[in-house]
Amino acid sequence: MTALKEELKRQIIEVLNLEDITPADIQDEEVLFGEGLGLDSIDALELIVLMDKTYGIKLSDPKKGRDIFQSVETMAAYISENRTK
Amino acid sequence: MKRSVFINGIGAVTAQGVWRPEIFSDAQVIADAITPADQPSYKGLISPGVIRRMSRGMKMGIYAAKQALEEASVTIPDAIVTGTGLGCSEDSDKFLRSLWENEEQFLTPTSFIQSTHNTVAAQIALQLQCKGYNVTYVNGAISFESALLDTLMLLQMGEGDNVLLGGVDEVAEQTYSYLQAGGYIKAGSIHETVKTSVSPGVNYAEGAHFFSMGGHKIASSYGEVVDVVLQNDLEPSEVSSFLQSFIATNDLRPDDMDAVILGYNGDEQDDLFYSAIQLELPAATSLYYKHLSGQFDSCSAFGLAAAAFVMKYQTVPPVLYWNEKNYPKTTWRNILLYNQYQGKDHALVFVRAC
Repeated sequence: MTALKEELKRQIIEVLNLEDITPADIQDEEVLFGEGLGLDSIDALELIVLMDKTYGIKLSDPKKGRDIFQSVETMAAYISENRTK
Repeated sequence: MKRSVFINGIGAVTAQGVWRPEIFSDAQVIADAITPADQPSYKGLISPGVIRRMSRGMKMGIYAAKQALEEASVTIPDAIVTGTGLGCSEDSDKFLRSLWENEEQFLTPTSFIQSTHNTVAAQIALQLQCKGYNVTYVNGAISFESALLDTLMLLQMGEGDNVLLGGVDEVAEQTYSYLQAGGYIKAGSIHETVKTSVSPGVNYAEGAHFFSMGGHKIASSYGEVVDVVLQNDLEPSEVSSFLQSFIATNDLRPDDMDAVILGYNGDEQDDLFYSAIQLELPAATSLYYKHLSGQFDSCSAFGLAAAAFVMKYQTVPPVLYWNEKNYPKTTWRNILLYNQYQGKDHALVFVRAC
C-alpha cells in the first residue's frame, strides 16, 4: 500500500504537471481538491483517465468520485480493491 | 479621415531573450536547425495553478503581451488581435500522440482544450479580463500581417484607441520533426547561418511578439505603421509591380525609403524575391533579421520590432545590416518591410518614424 501511494503521488505530479511539488510534499490524507493541493474539475477528468489507463478502473458514477478522490489515501484504497491491471 | 496608428509598446520572448534595449547588441546569430526561445521566469506573472497547464507558446504570449501593455501604460486594450501559423502545436502534438498511442482511448481534456489556435489570445483576455474584440488569424507566413491589417483598420476607423497585436508560434517536437523530414527545416547535424547556408531548408525557431498599438502618439511611441498589403502568390518577376503599386498608393517614390527590412532566411529560392526588391530600392539600406529570430510563421513580427527599434533610436544595430558596406545615414524615417515564405504569403509593411 505504501508503494502504491508513492507511485500514485508521482503519477499525480506528472499527469497534472504540478510544478515545484515532490511526492514528499503530498501527505497521504491531504485533501486533493479545493483546499489542500487545490485541484479543480479539469484535474478530476485527468485523474479519471489515469485510473482507467493505469489501473483499469472505469468510474461511471460521478458521486463515487467525490469520495475516491478525497486524498491519496482514499485513491490508493479504492485502487487496491478494484484494479484490473 | 483615417487616423494614424502608432506602436506604443513592445514585448517579446525570442531566441535572443526578451525584448529590451540591448536585444540587438547582445544578439547571437542562429546557426542551429531548431532554436527554442530563451525563456524568462514566469513566476509571479502567472499563478502556479494556471501556469502548470500552459504550453510555452501561452507563457511566452502572456509575458510578451504584458510587457507591451506595460510599456504603453495600457491596462486593458480595446481589442486583442493575434496571428499564428501553427497555434498551440505543443498541445496538438500531445493530444494527437495520446490519441495514437492509446488507440483513441484515455484522452485527457487539457491538451485538447488548449490545442486550438486562439488559445493564446483567449488566455491573455482571461488574464486581463478583456471582454473586447478577440480574433486570431491563421494564414501561414502572413498570419501576423493579417492581424496587423485588422489592427490598422480597427484603429484607423476609430473602433478603438488601443489594440494589443501579437504573433506567436512555438516549437513542437513532433511537428518540427515532420517539417525537418520534409526538408523545410535544416537537418539537425547542420550548423549554417542565413548567410552561410548551402544545404536545403532553413533554421527554425519560435517566439512571441506583442505590440501595444494606439491611435495616439505617446512618449514611448516607436513609430507609425502606415500601411500593409498582402498577396498570397507571386512570381519573382511580379515582385516589382507589387512593390511599385504599394509605394504609389502611399504617394511615395522608391528613393523615399531609407531602409528595407527583408526576410532573408538562407533558402536560395526565397532569396530571389528579396534580391528583386533590393534591385527596386537601390537607395534603401538593406537590413535583415531572420539570422536572429529564426524562421517560423509569425517571425516577421520580429522584423517589425527591429523596424520600431531603428525608428525610435534612430540608429541601426550593426548586426541587422545585410551588406558589409552601407551609405552612412543619420536619419531613418521611412522603412519598408517585405516578407514571404517559399514564394507564398507576401507582405509589404510601411512604417514611418514619428
